[in-house]
Amino acid sequence: MTTPHRILIIGASLGGLSTAEALRREGYDGTVTLVGAEPHLPYDRPPLSKQVLAGTWDPDRAQLPAAAQLDGLDIELLMKQEAVGLRPAERVVQLRDGERLRYDTLVIATGLRPRWLPGSRQLDGVHVVRTLDDALALRQTLRQGPRLVVVGGGFIGMEVAATARSLGVEVTVVDPHAHPLAGRLGGVVGDAVLGLHRDHGVRFRLGQRVSGLAADGNRSVVGVLLADGSVIDADAVVLGLGSIPTTQWLKGSGVPVGDGVLCDQYCAAAPGIYAVGDIANWLDVHSGRRRRVEHRTNASEQAVAVARNILADHDKQTAYTPTPYLWSDQFDCRIQCYGWADEGQEVHVVEGDPAGRKFIALHRDHGRVMAVVGMNSARGMRSHLGALGSTADPVGPSRAQVVNPASTRGQTAD
Amino acid sequence: MRVITEEDKCCGSGLCVIAAPELFDQRDSDGVVVVLDETPGADRHDAVRKAVAACPAAAIRLARQ
Repeated sequence: MTTPHRILIIGASLGGLSTAEALRREGYDGTVTLVGAEPHLPYDRPPLSKQVLAGTWDPDRAQLPAAAQLDGLDIELLMKQEAVGLRPAERVVQLRDGERLRYDTLVIATGLRPRWLPGSRQLDGVHVVRTLDDALALRQTLRQGPRLVVVGGGFIGMEVAATARSLGVEVTVVDPHAHPLAGRLGGVVGDAVLGLHRDHGVRFRLGQRVSGLAADGNRSVVGVLLADGSVIDADAVVLGLGSIPTTQWLKGSGVPVGDGVLCDQYCAAAPGIYAVGDIANWLDVHSGRRRRVEHRTNASEQAVAVARNILADHDKQTAYTPTPYLWSDQFDCRIQCYGWADEGQEVHVVEGDPAGRKFIALHRDHGRVMAVVGMNSARGMRSHLGALGSTADPVGPSRAQVVNPASTRGQTAD
Repeated sequence: MRVITEEDKCCGSGLCVIAAPELFDQRDSDGVVVVLDETPGADRHDAVRKAVAACPAAAIRLARQ
């Protein structure tokens, strides 16, 4: 292909900014324009539920390093601008204020928007944590010492619960599963995290679905209604219900959209159109499956892959086949996962003890090691990464504690 | 060039060690980054840049002396 003259990147968070930076690092000297909806320079999201929420960092510390180098990198950033339409035939993106931006190559990096309960957006005291402004608003609320209910025991929910509890806030977590972080990481980590939070005084209503929120006459939230008819009193509620890819602006454009933007193995969704980060749903040629990854590391790694594929000749493009990495900090615990952890995998503890909250486990699918998961074992994790993808048993049955994930499920704690 | 790391940003992924094992290590206790050579020679600048790009927490940067 001929090198594009003008590359337009919609979305100015980590994925978009890293793509722009990688294009320059790869020697691209054409025009790079980043369009971001937010009023802030690009920032990192992992600190939002931790250091920024706790108030131990000024928001400036969360700013991405490359955000301070935009001039030097000759990257144009349009802030507080939102794309509302795309016309691939004309190679034009329409912005909300009416401006039309032309491109030769387009990168879609519009990420996710958090899921709300029906009617909950209009209520005072109900929060999500996706943007810097979300985190600062919640921080303000937590300073008033509310009774906080966290709906959803995923990563965001549990990190917010830990931060709020560390600030002395009374916290209750509601989740439909038997333990937090259900699904991907399975019951071994989930049970350890449950114990960790309980030891710090977080309360749980597990195996419970939320049927709605209760509000007073001033439209302030006063409680969380559960499907069993009970009510948890609340002065503030955080919704950790997952997120939805921001694809509505692509409607009618012909760009294939499903769970995110549907891309091939090179992260291309259509000729001259790529997707990167949380929104990209690409074909993983190693597994033959479609993948969409909502973790920070994927956004920066995929950005480099997309930048290289944009600049490569068509027959020299490289399929994107990452080894994902995620981490989560809660209280004094650090959880890490390399690889593709998923429900139903066999969990073999190979070092330490989950009860002591210091362990490393291999997750296997039909014998093949798919993920290395650890708690408070950061330095030891690296020596197990070589096992990823192998079917060998590096430890032998006598040392490995085999845990059937099914046996750790099904109990409801309160 | 000087390698600067911020310990309170480090997430202990070890990805810098994988990218540049001659320049980085991790603390035993919590896996936080340890810089083995703060002022690497020019032949190692590419390796440092790889580690900077690999860091999931933006905890490493390169500064001009």
